Amino acid sequence: MSAVSDTTPRLAAPRPRGGVVQSVADSLVVARRNLIRMSRIPEMIIFGLIQPIMFVVLFSYVFGGSMTIGGTTDADVYRNFLMAGIFAQTVTFATAGAGAGIADDMHKGLIDRFRSLPMARGAVLTGRTLADLVQTALTVVVLAVVALLVGWRIHEGVPKALGAFALLLLLGYAFSWIGALIGLSVRTPEAATSGGLIWLFPVTFVSNAFVDSSQMTPWLRHVAEWNPFSATVQACRELFGNPGVSNSSAWPMQHSVWASIIWSLLIIALFRTLAVRKYRSAS
Amino acid sequence: MPGAIHAEGLVKTFGDVRALDGVDLDVPEGTVLGLLGPNGAGKTTAVRVLTTLLRPDSGRAVVAGVDVLKHPNEVRRSIGLSGQFAAVDEYLTGRENLHMVGQLYQMSSRAAKARAGELLERFHLADAADRPAKTYSGGMRRRLDLAAALVVSPPVMFMDEPTTGLDPRNRQQLWDVIQELVAGGTTLLLTTQYLEEADHLAHDICVVDHGKVIARGTSDQLKLRTGGERVEVVVHRPDMIDPARAVLAGFGKGEVAVETHTRKLTVPVAGGAKLLAEVIRELDSRGVEIDDIGLRRPTLDDVFISLTGHTAELAEEGDGDSAAAGGGDRGQGPKEAVK
Repeated sequence: MSAVSDTTPRLAAPRPRGGVVQSVADSLVVARRNLIRMSRIPEMIIFGLIQPIMFVVLFSYVFGGSMTIGGTTDADVYRNFLMAGIFAQTVTFATAGAGAGIADDMHKGLIDRFRSLPMARGAVLTGRTLADLVQTALTVVVLAVVALLVGWRIHEGVPKALGAFALLLLLGYAFSWIGALIGLSVRTPEAATSGGLIWLFPVTFVSNAFVDSSQMTPWLRHVAEWNPFSATVQACRELFGNPGVSNSSAWPMQHSVWASIIWSLLIIALFRTLAVRKYRSAS
Repeated sequence: MPGAIHAEGLVKTFGDVRALDGVDLDVPEGTVLGLLGPNGAGKTTAVRVLTTLLRPDSGRAVVAGVDVLKHPNEVRRSIGLSGQFAAVDEYLTGRENLHMVGQLYQMSSRAAKARAGELLERFHLADAADRPAKTYSGGMRRRLDLAAALVVSPPVMFMDEPTTGLDPRNRQQLWDVIQELVAGGTTLLLTTQYLEEADHLAHDICVVDHGKVIARGTSDQLKLRTGGERVEVVVHRPDMIDPARAVLAGFGKGEVAVETHTRKLTVPVAGGAKLLAEVIRELDSRGVEIDDIGLRRPTLDDVFISLTGHTAELAEEGDGDSAAAGGGDRGQGPKEAVK
């Protein structure tokens, strides 16, 4: 293999630019890598789509007709009530994707490769969460089409509806940082997938997503109304003009848009800090 | 002047295990150091500390003139790491993998792309460049991993068990690549549990066991410590062991080591091939039939046994036979030594 001999002068890599510019650039390189990956494993995207579509169909036809929303059991009213909950639940499933992806990278030695490179420290995780955000957006679009087909409608105009989708994506992005931390903390991708999903069920069910929280026992209702997840669901119902908007006096229910934004930013601040710290000492 | 890799008193514990227990290393520029030891000896931990992946509990290290603990990101600009597991993204093509690594070394996208093309050509991966890496064979993946470590032509390279699990042909190919690199002036620290590999590639060897460097020197120096050449005889029947032992005791310079189940006797000698002929004549005259006889120099296997009391590959491959005859003159080998 005489062809291997290298005429390139033996020089180290260019000096890192440092700061925000490098962080953004490195994150985009890693995000691109993760998007290429996703495009080569289309079955992952397809399964990611089937699940929420199944939830729409199951919930609206099984529960629709027996749930009381705003004093009526009309199945059509429930379907319109339900959609904000399904949207919000779907975006939080990004947690499992981020967790499994990062655990897989740890397992395969790619995190070692990245950590030995002169790149921005948070970029591997930011790149992953950005790629998950793109996938989440795609899922939300498909889900919206299915929702329209089963009779869901918006009543407050397109700008407000887009605002609701923005809140959903922010929530999904925040939750993918929780997934990143889980992925760095477990030993196998399998553990990250189940570890990323298990706690989501109580979070999404002890909320206003699928039932009217005013009908819960007082303590549970209290938990549901302060659940970060509920704030986004409430905000979406308001912005879509869907039925079942809670008139509870709890602050997050009264100021749902702000509550949704604040909760998501807090989750990002906390879990990004923890995850980047974990990444730096990962071994 | 300190070497391209210099470490002093590295200690790293994981719970009760002292993975590194006061390791000093010094690798002069442009040379290869082989870190040799069994599984769990601390080789990988040492590489992880030197490549900034792991902070030691105590000790200091300088790589390419930069303090590893104080300026890890500076060190990362000057090193290439090729791991025990081929750390490439299997869903990305070879070209995409190298392009990404180049960009993360802070090269411009265009420069990284050009460099990727060059490396794919040099590592004979051009035909497979646009296929996902998961379609590559084990040897191709290892070459891609090595190419990824060479994207910036780093002055200092670390390779953690580069040929573990490769077939002999791929191993030889990778050895050729490594020798080319070193000829080009790269400083290399290489870990291996293959004694043959350290013998073949490394200028200096550090033998590591239980987190400590238990011996260091050139391959020849280490072999000298174990004793010089020896005669090894395999007799035809078990009842011929005793007469053969008497013959060898007459020629040898030390104890005759006997391995009963393989009917193998070994004795250190001085006198080379001429002596061997005499041994054969003497055995023949006593009616001892021999299946095999030879003069052999000690291998690094022998060195390892005499230093640690066990074979290097024991843990992984149970490859005890090839090594079991050494170390007789130190009386530490896993066999009976007879006076």
